[in-house]
Amino acid sequence: MAPAELRTPGAIEPDPEPWQRFFSFSVDHKVIGIQYLVTSFFFFLIGGALATAVRVELATPEVDFVSRELYNQLFTIHATVMIFLWIVPAGAGFGNYLIPLMIGAKDMAFPRLNAIAFWMIPPAGLLLIASFFVPTGAAAAGWTSYPPLSLVSGQWGELIWILSILLLGTSSILGGINFAATILKMRIPGMTLNDMPLFCWAMLAASILILMSTPVLAGALVLLSFDLMAGTAFFNPTGGGDPIVYQHMFWFYSHPAVYIMILPLFGAISEILPVHARKPIFGYKAIAYSSIAISLLGLIVWAHHMFTSGTPAWLRMFFMIATMIIAVPTGIKVFGWVATIWGGKLRLNSAMLFAIGFVSMFVVGGLSGVMIASVPFDIHVHDTYFIVAHLHYVLFGGSVFGLYAALYHWFPKMTGRMLNEPWGKVHFVLTLVGFNLCFLPMHYLGLMGMPRRVAEYDPQFSTVNAICSIGSYILAVSTIPFLVNAVYSWVAGEKASANPWNALTLEWTVSSPPPEHNFVGQPVLKTGPYDYGVTKRGESRKPISQLKASDILSGSTR
Amino acid sequence: MNVPSTILTLLMGIGLTLISLWVGQNYHFLLPVSATDVSPEVDRLFGAMLTIATGLFLLVQGCLIYAILRFRRKPGDDTDGPPIRGNIPLEILWTAIPAVICLGISVFSFDVYNSMGGLDPMASGAGMGMAHHHGHHTAIAATLDEAPAMTGTEVALGLGAAPGSQGQAPDLQVNVQGLQYAWIFNYPDLNVMAGELHVPVGQDVQLNISAMDVLHAFWIPQFRIKQDAIPGRPTQLRFRATQPGRYPIVCAELCGSFHGAMRTEVLVQTPEEYEAWVASVMPEAETTETGQGSAVTLAQNPQNLTDSEYLQVYSDRLGIETRSIAQLAPAAL
Ligand code: HEM
Ligand SMILES: [Cu+2]
Ligand SMILES: [Cu+2]
Repeated sequence: MAPAELRTPGAIEPDPEPWQRFFSFSVDHKVIGIQYLVTSFFFFLIGGALATAVRVELATPEVDFVSRELYNQLFTIHATVMIFLWIVPAGAGFGNYLIPLMIGAKDMAFPRLNAIAFWMIPPAGLLLIASFFVPTGAAAAGWTSYPPLSLVSGQWGELIWILSILLLGTSSILGGINFAATILKMRIPGMTLNDMPLFCWAMLAASILILMSTPVLAGALVLLSFDLMAGTAFFNPTGGGDPIVYQHMFWFYSHPAVYIMILPLFGAISEILPVHARKPIFGYKAIAYSSIAISLLGLIVWAHHMFTSGTPAWLRMFFMIATMIIAVPTGIKVFGWVATIWGGKLRLNSAMLFAIGFVSMFVVGGLSGVMIASVPFDIHVHDTYFIVAHLHYVLFGGSVFGLYAALYHWFPKMTGRMLNEPWGKVHFVLTLVGFNLCFLPMHYLGLMGMPRRVAEYDPQFSTVNAICSIGSYILAVSTIPFLVNAVYSWVAGEKASANPWNALTLEWTVSSPPPEHNFVGQPVLKTGPYDYGVTKRGESRKPISQLKASDILSGSTR
Repeated sequence: MNVPSTILTLLMGIGLTLISLWVGQNYHFLLPVSATDVSPEVDRLFGAMLTIATGLFLLVQGCLIYAILRFRRKPGDDTDGPPIRGNIPLEILWTAIPAVICLGISVFSFDVYNSMGGLDPMASGAGMGMAHHHGHHTAIAATLDEAPAMTGTEVALGLGAAPGSQGQAPDLQVNVQGLQYAWIFNYPDLNVMAGELHVPVGQDVQLNISAMDVLHAFWIPQFRIKQDAIPGRPTQLRFRATQPGRYPIVCAELCGSFHGAMRTEVLVQTPEEYEAWVASVMPEAETTETGQGSAVTLAQNPQNLTDSEYLQVYSDRLGIETRSIAQLAPAAL
């Protein structure tokens, strides 16, 4: 790495702050951001352990590793943890850490609310994990928790599951309010919406979705808990209820939820690629507005999860077409990213590798997504391993690769230390190989006739399943280099300068880690976030990205 | 050696197209045998989508790999790349092309869905109130006497008749009930109940699907059709099998701990085989006018019943009690 020329004028080393603040009810958005990230990564490890147990069971066609009952609990809690305790809060963690810094604010709009939102997560998560130990076991009706099955399998586990999701949903709503308010109201003077880093656009789009859809999930789950505990019959057909109404309410949230999980990472990738390709983002407005388009379209496609649920034909056709249309703004982003790195000067470090890996893997999930939007084809593959493959290409190949890219990219800013590069590359290669070995063959399994959520299967599928399981073991191992690297580097890694990547967004104008309240005085913006390769009019022939922080931001930045 | 880059690009484009077309023609190893009259159309749709997906996959991955190899930063070069911020014609192009592709796939899908019988007014829910179909068939543990008599006059959502045979009664109707953890097939015209589905080849068969307890999903991979079985809501599937043989019937919707074991088979039989099967199960049904006969047969005379082995192995452990099987006897039919 070339020494950073973009140095904060008069930057002072922030006082080493005590680690205890990470365990306190801090209202500093940076502390909260790190609290989110570390907590969610902890749950990622738990979710990963559950997934590994699932794959050990599936390594052979017979039920031999765990009981059928436990198997259903394993994949239910695995998915719940991965979605509600890893990807959603990790996205919120980056939002918390980065948004105020990127828009030149001193903190989030509502710091206390922010802390409350975070502190709902650990109890919710521990409650969920603890539910394995109640007498009837954890919830076992899948993360979708469709009634009537969810009403007749382990009552206590199901109730805990509902409570836990209600807490996490509330936390997510509070976070969404905070992000939207901060982005809309607290930007530095001179920064219009169209001058914002794309990450902020993406978080704005995700927040809109959170606010529109999460309350509906809460409604569905409250009604479900009445059916479960009080014997009402909102969804219970025995009393005249309608289980399909639950599916509509559930997916009204949960389809948008997939965008809540991917949009923040779309945003992160739009930041990371230009920095390490040394080129402006290709088609800023197209990428910014496509986030909003995705979030609005994302609200009207939910029933594509219900093509075989006795959905009337006209609805199936409507939701098919609406879903196909979502591919267009998504395509705009993907092509924009490819064009961004095209002709650049790529710095192929771990952050960049994961970012390019994100684009590459996400495309596979996007292409299978268009296929399953097609009703006649989805009728064949719905609820099969084809879907499991699809959802992991978008959630793991997309969101998890994106989260890793973001972690490698912003770790120096957050901790003031660099991560070790060679170990980062080992981590990348293991993840890429393990991931594809685990999930690519699942497309084939689904097409050939293997349903999902089964502990036993037709022996004709045993070879391919064994391959998937080997891939999953590689994935499990792949987290070790990252963990060791992160822990070691945080304590004893090479010190990071304020701007180790020569990046132009505002978080890089302050020290690493940034001081409390981020900026001193009221900074004023002087350049755009993606002015790579641009030389400043008149003044100097040096590209803007090589200038000092005072050229990006006037006013004291400390 | 100096090939102009436009020609290179053109050649790569041609190569990419050819590979995509080739992949799109050779999808058969990715799918099980196709065994109904319309299932090959679903396969063709898959082939078309696979062609397009392969093309886009190769395009994006090719660009990424090329960029990684060609555009990596030279050691010591600290300058930036060219400040290109966009290109409106290019952006319009990559908005328009996917839009047209998606439109095309939608039209193709609509067409295939129509040939599958999805638009049959008797199954599509066209003009139907969104939530009228509750009423009398909501009993979760309906005995067959109370169960909806599915005569085909009522809209059961799902796949109906192909456009050619809309408005015509099917050649054969079978009532399919899902319960934890088995499929039970009732042949109302024969007064016969079975644990496997027997259908004559080439005939227009309608399945009236219901569920006793929780959601299940009736799936025959070789027929490319799937439909959830929903307690309190009748649904249907209609097909014409063309390839004699035995194919798996799989439950595709999580229904409890033995969900993975909830499997049986469909036997697509020649008319003679089918008649022979009917003859082998009919006499007993006739001897006991109430229909109790078949239930007793099911419990006592496995050879005549042709329950799949899988079901036999598990039936005692599955919690399907003789009582609930007796309730299923087609007494009312
Ligand atoms: C890291 C991010 C991951 C996310 C967000 C994630 C998410 C999910 C989701 C949403 C489901 C669907 C469950 C359902 O609908 O009930 C699922 C199922 C599954 N996951 Fe993951 N997963 C992740 C990682 C993994 C890993 C690393 C493995 C393998 C080691 C794995 C193996 C599985 C399997 C086998 C199933 C299917 C279970 C079944 O249907 O029987 N997942 N996952
Ligand atoms: Cu969806
Ligand atoms: Cu099932």
